[in-house]
Amino acid sequence: MDLQIALLLGQDGIVNGAIYALLALALVLVFAVTRVIFIPQGEFVAYGALTLAAFQAGKTPGTLWLLLGAGVLVAFIDSIMAVRAGAPGRLKRIALWDLALPAVVAGLVLWLEPGTLPLAAQVVLALAIVVPLGPMVYRLAYQPLAEASVLVLLIVSVAVHLALVGLGLLFFGAEGSRTTPFSEAQFALGTLTVNGQTLWVLGASAVLIIALYQFFGRTLYGKALRATAINRVGARLMGISNTMAGKLSFTLAAGIGAFSGILIAPITTVYYDTGFLVGLKGFVAAIIAGLVSYPLAAAGAILVGLLESFSSFWASAFKEVIVFTLIIPVLVWRSLTSHHVEEEE
Amino acid sequence: MMTTPILDIRDLCVSYGKVEALHHVNLKVEAGKIVTVIGPNGAGKTTMLGAIMGLLPSKGEIQFQDEVQRDIEVEHLVAMGMTLVPEKRELFGEMSVEDNLLLGAFQRYRHGDRDEGKTMAQVFGTFPRLKERRAQLAGTLSGGERQMLAVGRALMAKPKLLMLDEPSLGLAPLIVREIFHIIADLKKTGVAILLVEQNARAALQIADYGYVLETGSVALEGESRALADDPRVVETYLGLGGKKE
Repeated sequence: MDLQIALLLGQDGIVNGAIYALLALALVLVFAVTRVIFIPQGEFVAYGALTLAAFQAGKTPGTLWLLLGAGVLVAFIDSIMAVRAGAPGRLKRIALWDLALPAVVAGLVLWLEPGTLPLAAQVVLALAIVVPLGPMVYRLAYQPLAEASVLVLLIVSVAVHLALVGLGLLFFGAEGSRTTPFSEAQFALGTLTVNGQTLWVLGASAVLIIALYQFFGRTLYGKALRATAINRVGARLMGISNTMAGKLSFTLAAGIGAFSGILIAPITTVYYDTGFLVGLKGFVAAIIAGLVSYPLAAAGAILVGLLESFSSFWASAFKEVIVFTLIIPVLVWRSLTSHHVEEEE
Repeated sequence: MMTTPILDIRDLCVSYGKVEALHHVNLKVEAGKIVTVIGPNGAGKTTMLGAIMGLLPSKGEIQFQDEVQRDIEVEHLVAMGMTLVPEKRELFGEMSVEDNLLLGAFQRYRHGDRDEGKTMAQVFGTFPRLKERRAQLAGTLSGGERQMLAVGRALMAKPKLLMLDEPSLGLAPLIVREIFHIIADLKKTGVAILLVEQNARAALQIADYGYVLETGSVALEGESRALADDPRVVETYLGLGGKKE
């Protein structure tokens, strides 16, 4: 291997690592706030990428019908709960978020022919379809079990993952898709050629990470999510409902996932089940961080990305094996260094 | 009791599985008054507060501000002006004192009430120590400071009813005295206080009315001065009686 190949692999690794970093942050966030190990994270990556690809192919993405259907289901369940609890005041919110919003998105998609719009508008529409699915999935699958053990929530995650992958196959077929790059520009950096999409991925990931950092450090809602993660009872006593925190963290996770998918869709062919592997690598990074530390998760993600690209050069048949084997020494190191979890101060 | 109480509890029962921990408790708190509930460990005091706050399922009727609460949700009660300072404080240890206070105003902020800066200045007025420590992580505070932060955080919600669970627990006598002074002062701001305490002497000194809770039922109740003179209370809770059972 000469320097040029090493640089190329390094570049590849860092780009992938940036995406894994975003997903790892979302996984840490969701776990900290709701104790859910969010395996379906990867499906939001695929949904984001494939929804955008469907626009560009001039088709109406199936995720749109999923959004409408899930909205009706959530509205139905929540309306019954609201009437039973004698709180008809909630009906207005339900109608707005679960019925009106999906209907508006559907109207825009069907009316505007998104394939003809500028790329930025397509991205916004794709996000508008996929992101609201996050809180709806939380409402339908996790909220009724919010107090259950981590293991039960994990089993639910597996079920949700399988359901969403199946729906993905139904909506988008077994064929993979690519989308048009955000930028066709190419830059020469010494002997290395850097293309525009690479810079887009790195730049957008960096902006998103900084934005998340600001959100958690500066805004009251960000602090409320952190508070829920630190002390659920304490947060409830402040009127921060665990349900609200759960929905908010799932919204963020869905947004991060879908946006990651949109970022990688021009560089890799995305299939209906691509998200799972991508998400799993984000998960390895999150495990490196012990599912608690955000900076460690980001660093771990870069490590995973680099390991993956270098092992694909040396032993390409084993590249996934090598990446996932990383988890074993990490777990050994974690269990040797960490003190007992129950002894919180 | 002439005025309508801000909190009126009738026939409150709480069970843990098949074991009933609280039996048919009746209790009233009037606006602007301090009501204390004293009693030994395990009498059900914390359970009672948990049930009022909606943290535990209960049977019976809880009326808060003329509204009977059904399917009580904690968040809704906080928004209505009820706050609980729990026995374990439940602070956000890895966040700064200032952020902890800010989150106390979360429910008000959510409903468009944006004067948290002013409220925080008032809380800092009540607890100057918190102002000195405002940038420090809550987990690094001393026991007394933690209790102050827990009360301060609750005050950020501008409560109409403040419920305190064992504020003296684990604190040095000097700090207990300081905390009780502050609680007595809070009464002047018009907030009603439901104070649950094992330190009966200190509690009865600042309270207007008192209840004695024993093994899940109200054993005695009365004006706190009368209660403090009641031979049973004196003997069991104030420790002045010479006799032993």
